[in-house]
Amino acid sequence: MSTTTDSKIRIQLEDFSVTDEIEAMKKVSRNIGGITTFLGTGREMSKGESITKLNFEHYPKMAEKKMEEIRVQSIKDFGIIDMSIIHRIGPIDIGENIVLIVAVGEHRAETFKACEWAIAELKRTTPIWKRETTSTGEVWVQDTP
Amino acid sequence: MITLKYFASLRDIAEKEEDSLDIENPITIDQLSDIISKTTPKMGAIIREKKVMISVNEEMASADTIIHDGDEVAFLPPFSGGAK
Repeated sequence: MSTTTDSKIRIQLEDFSVTDEIEAMKKVSRNIGGITTFLGTGREMSKGESITKLNFEHYPKMAEKKMEEIRVQSIKDFGIIDMSIIHRIGPIDIGENIVLIVAVGEHRAETFKACEWAIAELKRTTPIWKRETTSTGEVWVQDTP
Repeated sequence: MITLKYFASLRDIAEKEEDSLDIENPITIDQLSDIISKTTPKMGAIIREKKVMISVNEEMASADTIIHDGDEVAFLPPFSGGAK
């Protein structure tokens, strides 16, 4: 698991810097005119229950492969210049960063579309699971919240 | 020998993270679920009722996927990564 900003697809335990990730993607091309980011963070309430902790698990290799497929498909289908996807695993506290998608393109329209599609596709196809800890115990989340 | 991997909630049901199985000939997903049912009936039922996704060598399997010696089969509960 790499934590440098060199790789555009990463799954890592460590937190990431949104600014650093955006700056890294800005260096991809001098033709970038629009950047859309999606940042998912740990929220406190889920289905009326207060969450104290989150824990993410993934299927190594397959998860990275699916994320790379999303990146390649986003570039092809929406005509963006490039995309990076970073997902954290392990214990994550409320308010912390979980997932970041950065879509860069010549114009804003395609980056908005690509970013929205990519996060939905990530949740649909990428083997990553979330375990929530509440006052009543721990549970694996099995639906798309 | 094939490798079986159980993730997230399925690890608790299977009571293991990983297992291996000797197969003499290629088998179907249904045949695999029959074999698993003998040792872990609850897991076998979940597979038969299609409550989980199954991947073979990191690609999603379908009903007609054939499992060969050396394959890695993973049982994947519904995903919940990312955030809304």
